[in-house]
Amino acid sequence: MASKFTRSNATGWMMAGPAAALMALFIVLPFIFAIGFSFTNQRLISPNPTQFVGLSNYSQLLGVGLLVLEPEKDEAGSVLRTDDGSLTYPALRGFTRNNPDYPQFDGMREWFSLSLGENRIYVLARDVVFIKAIVNTVIFVMVVAPLQGGLALVLALLINQKLRGINFFRAVYFMPVVVSIVVVSLLWRFIYDGQSGLLNNLLGALTFGAFPRIDWLGNPNTALGAIIAMSIWQAVGFHMVIWLSGLQTISPSLYEAAAIEGASPWQTFRYVTWPGLRNTAVLVLIVITMQAFALFAQIDVMTSGGPLDSTQTIVFQAVERGYGKQDISGGSTISVILFVFVLAISLLQRWLTREKK
Amino acid sequence: MAQITADNHGLRLVVRYTVLGLIALMFVFPLVFMLMSSLKPDAQLLSDTRSLRAFLPVGDISLDNYFDAFRRAPVGLFIFNSVVVTGITVVLSLMVCSAAAFAFVFVDWRGRELVLTLILATLIVPFETIAIPLLLIASKLPWLGLDGLSYGWLNSYQVQIIPFVADGLTIFLFVQYFKDLPGELIEAARVEGASWWQVYRRIVMPLAGPVLATAAILKFLAMYNQYLWPLMVVQEETYRPVMVGLQYFFQLNRAWGEIMAYLSLITVPVLAFYLFLQRAFIASIASTGVKG
Repeated sequence: MASKFTRSNATGWMMAGPAAALMALFIVLPFIFAIGFSFTNQRLISPNPTQFVGLSNYSQLLGVGLLVLEPEKDEAGSVLRTDDGSLTYPALRGFTRNNPDYPQFDGMREWFSLSLGENRIYVLARDVVFIKAIVNTVIFVMVVAPLQGGLALVLALLINQKLRGINFFRAVYFMPVVVSIVVVSLLWRFIYDGQSGLLNNLLGALTFGAFPRIDWLGNPNTALGAIIAMSIWQAVGFHMVIWLSGLQTISPSLYEAAAIEGASPWQTFRYVTWPGLRNTAVLVLIVITMQAFALFAQIDVMTSGGPLDSTQTIVFQAVERGYGKQDISGGSTISVILFVFVLAISLLQRWLTREKK
Repeated sequence: MAQITADNHGLRLVVRYTVLGLIALMFVFPLVFMLMSSLKPDAQLLSDTRSLRAFLPVGDISLDNYFDAFRRAPVGLFIFNSVVVTGITVVLSLMVCSAAAFAFVFVDWRGRELVLTLILATLIVPFETIAIPLLLIASKLPWLGLDGLSYGWLNSYQVQIIPFVADGLTIFLFVQYFKDLPGELIEAARVEGASWWQVYRRIVMPLAGPVLATAAILKFLAMYNQYLWPLMVVQEETYRPVMVGLQYFFQLNRAWGEIMAYLSLITVPVLAFYLFLQRAFIASIASTGVKG
């Protein structure tokens, strides 16, 4: 509808200008700054001028190394064993502290180690806490995305039935979505509590006291899982609604045709419902992934990254450094790493769920 | 195959409602627990967790926790701050984003495609990735206030409001909606001699009710529930919003009844609002899924 009546550069810029300017200042500029700061030693407040430091922020955060140690041997060449028969190895610190032969390991710490034959393999990291944060975040995303997406679809299919009062159930399932994640996290601290927690009491009652009490958030083996379960509980209603709007775009005549052909419920789902949900599936997965990578409030309220760094996450680390230690460059570098993750996973999901010709 | 008899049908209905009901219980029990606990003294609150009493208003029931919460922290101030920040942001956001979308859909101007593409591209940038550099920017921005020019936005209302006025999702929602309005109507009005402002104000906005509701609800939820940003930029309690105000209850001794009262106080109005406008809330989330 290009005509002299709809054409106006002045009007266009005047009406879109405020939004464009605000977004340039508060989204585009910080995004560019994040990339820029990640190559400097910028701090929030500093008496010294900011300097360009190249890639050192990245190598400081992401540096990892592999060190294979042979067991200590005596002069004859046979391995030495301690009294209980286990092998002994040279001390790790001999390699990571000022050893001119191994400059690449300088300042690194053990991330984890494993045995291979008589040798001991050490995986070292320059910043063990951050590497753990990456691993935890990736685990969180890999578990939450399929599980939350799948459960949301199941709920959407349940809610899509024609039943009296179904809107009531839809409203209830959606309810946690409007409650702040901060409030939810505090409530669930009560559910997960090791002493008077509701979950322990419930499990105890169901097993007549046979189930041992667990401090769900205080145990490194269960803390991340507990946060995963709660996060799904809070957000699953959101994606249920998105699936539901996808379900409602599928023409009823397709279902009628399937019923006439005598398709089983599974066949109907497989050949009618699922193909109609392809675009919704991409959207749901991408949205969940982006939300999951941003995991912060739950950690801040429930565990502060503990116990034993088992719930450290990328954003928690970014805030701890960028805000807590006022290390803007460190926080920015983590932000850039986070963005690369989000972008890569989004592109990968888009590619995996592309229309197959 | 079983024959479909009345009994069979009835049994199926019972099974269906039972499944739906059990799932519903899973979603409401923490909220019921919160409300009931807020009415109980701490000792009873803790002992009640051993039985179903945790979900019932039994025993020594009172509103004492609410009064004590107000005594412990400036709860009224926190709620006021949240209402100010959320209210102003929602209103400004609706104005700025609808005007921008109007320009993208109805007005023909140089740079339109490029600017719209850039704005939509910001949808893949999570706020968390820009929060840290934004903190630095906010700490240096100038502000012309009642007492003259000052630098640094930390500890203020504007630092919680202005960065969130314009966002890609809100603009996207308006653009999608405006595209479905009859463009001929707008062109006809222009031919008749209506100014752009009149077209926006008198023709388009009166038709935009549904998308205004959607955008307002999404913005309201995002702003009211905001945590990470105010945590970093508001240290003074004068400007502290409700979610950050929680910190108060964890200093000194932990009074769980008061915490539950505070949580109820900041959650129940939102829940009531949601239950009242349930269809609009759910429709607004659903519309974010349209056309991805």
